[in-house]
Amino acid sequence: MHFIALRMLTGDRAKYLGLIFTIAFASFLLANQVSIFAGIIKRTASQIVDVVDADLWIMDPATEYIDEVKPLKETDLLRVRGVADVAWAVRLFKSLPRITAPDGRFRQAILLGLDDATLIGAPHGKLRLGRLEDLRDPDAILIDYAGYRYFWPDGELELGRTMEMNDRRVKIVGIVDASAPFATFPVVFSRYSQAVLFVGRERNQMSFVLAKAAPGVAPAALAERISQATGLTALTGDAWAWRTMKYYLKNTGIPVNFGITIGIALIVGIVVMGQTFYLFTIENLKQFGALKAIGVADRTLVGMILLQALTVGVIGYSIGMGICAAFFEITKHNLPTRGLVVLPEAFIGVAVVVLAIVIVASLLSIRRVLVLEPAVVFRG
Amino acid sequence: MNLAVSARALTKTFQNGGVHALRGVDLDIRYGEMTLLVGPSGCGKTTLLCVIAGLLDKTDGEVTMLGQRIADQSARDRVAFRRRHVGFVFQQFNLLPALTAAENVAVPLIAAGHKREPAVKQGVELLARLGMAERATALPRELSGGQQQRVALARAVIHQPSLIICDEPTSALDAVTGQQVMQLLTEVSLREDRAVVVVTHDSRIFDFADTIAHMEDGRVERVVPHGAPARRVATPT
Ligand SMILES: Nc1ncnc2c1ncn2[C@@H]1O[C@H](COP(=O)(O)OP(=O)(O)O)[C@@H](O)[C@H]1O
Ligand SMILES: [Mg+2]
Repeated sequence: MHFIALRMLTGDRAKYLGLIFTIAFASFLLANQVSIFAGIIKRTASQIVDVVDADLWIMDPATEYIDEVKPLKETDLLRVRGVADVAWAVRLFKSLPRITAPDGRFRQAILLGLDDATLIGAPHGKLRLGRLEDLRDPDAILIDYAGYRYFWPDGELELGRTMEMNDRRVKIVGIVDASAPFATFPVVFSRYSQAVLFVGRERNQMSFVLAKAAPGVAPAALAERISQATGLTALTGDAWAWRTMKYYLKNTGIPVNFGITIGIALIVGIVVMGQTFYLFTIENLKQFGALKAIGVADRTLVGMILLQALTVGVIGYSIGMGICAAFFEITKHNLPTRGLVVLPEAFIGVAVVVLAIVIVASLLSIRRVLVLEPAVVFRG
Repeated sequence: MNLAVSARALTKTFQNGGVHALRGVDLDIRYGEMTLLVGPSGCGKTTLLCVIAGLLDKTDGEVTMLGQRIADQSARDRVAFRRRHVGFVFQQFNLLPALTAAENVAVPLIAAGHKREPAVKQGVELLARLGMAERATALPRELSGGQQQRVALARAVIHQPSLIICDEPTSALDAVTGQQVMQLLTEVSLREDRAVVVVTHDSRIFDFADTIAHMEDGRVERVVPHGAPARRVATPT
């Protein structure tokens, strides 16, 4: 009876395509919004996840997330280094100076000052042009590609251009594909000793200590010990990224905003998808009645309806996910949407939602078919 | 004599509105015969067919079909029994619009677990016997009313049922087509070991009947032998 079920489904081309379109559209919307939401929240931790050479971030206990930092004292670095199993520990400076192009255009920039000796925290493997080592040149900076394009939208990438950072001359020695920051600021790297000169005079300027666990030592356990020994907050990169993302989730309207969109997509999806499929079965009630009269068992009819539901569900979902993947494939080449990608969890989640909807809709339809008096087929 | 269907004091009351559709029906339907059930609209003909076939539950009385008391069977057994032993022809044809003619014919076989291909092949062969060889792959909407009813006839007999039940099979057709359909019904369905019941109020097809049962107001008032004068060919299948 499977082929009969599928024929009934595809027989009315318009209804069939309508069903598929509805499911495809709703699943696209859901997966797309969830992915964008996750992508935007992930951006809040971009400067954390881009640090690949350190295990741990150590910060003042008052620092809640990466964009508002209470500086550490110089002695804190020594105290971290004094904890057993710390392989090394170095400074990291983070600030928001103003960066100005020769034509007078300016932007606030995210400046990361890297330990002079080791350049720990540098964007390894993300250099589009130039060399990391050139950061040791006088006045050298690396700037991210999006930032560079803000100042010079067209033309070849060019090293050696000069800019001003808080009235001090800097020279671009490299262009990097840093992960997109949450705020759309350019991301700039320089040596620590130089970075502190760009910003106002403060006694304490060290934003973070970056540290590495000795070989064979679990970073999470070491973080615990550093916290206890120093009274500072020590976190693995992952934990720190999560803490920052949670801060934004809790303290901004972003989740509410996306929550509404996703909620609407969900409701529209459930109502329209469910309704469309339910109506599809109801419109075929007479056909099911004829099959019942002929002697097709209820169990077989249930199987037919479930098969129809799963078929449109799987096809619609696949198309929706295909469109979603294509969407991100296209948008990833745009600077504002760079780094926004399909969230695998969203694909799985939407699969579960679509499955749940088509199953509930088919159960409702099945109920109608099961209570149907086969005698209806005798009436005009 | 061995009866295909036997009803005694059969009643059917519809709960909603307390309509007494059957008020004590006594009726025998014999194997090897075509029995016409005639009477004015609303007298209970369709209801009687449904109760006989187990599509509706009786309210009271007795009914046996093919030696079985349908009312005593479980719902599942009843469906299986119907699938094996009963063929239906409806006024509105009730073909599946997405299936070809031959596939529609094959539905009872497929429902009984036959493989699709041989079942459809059998459907094609049966349609050929009904003069529909060229239309076997047409969809119902591409067929005339008479052609659709011929497909429905084929579907009603393909699984060799012992009882064929037809409700107003010619009402949706013009007179000439109705005669043709009745002729074909006679040819493909009448057999020694099979009973055919046709509900109709179309007096132009009365002459196909071996027996005519007249119904009125929920009862069978008269049962009259008719001798099937219109039956030109009687070729049992
Ligand atoms: N499902 C139902 N619910 C209530 N009344 C019904 C139902 N089916 C038929 N009836 C009533 O039962 C009577 C007999 O109907 P029916 O058997 O269809 O008559 P016929 O086929 O002879 O025209 C009619 O009065 C009809 O209105
Ligand atoms: Mg009727």
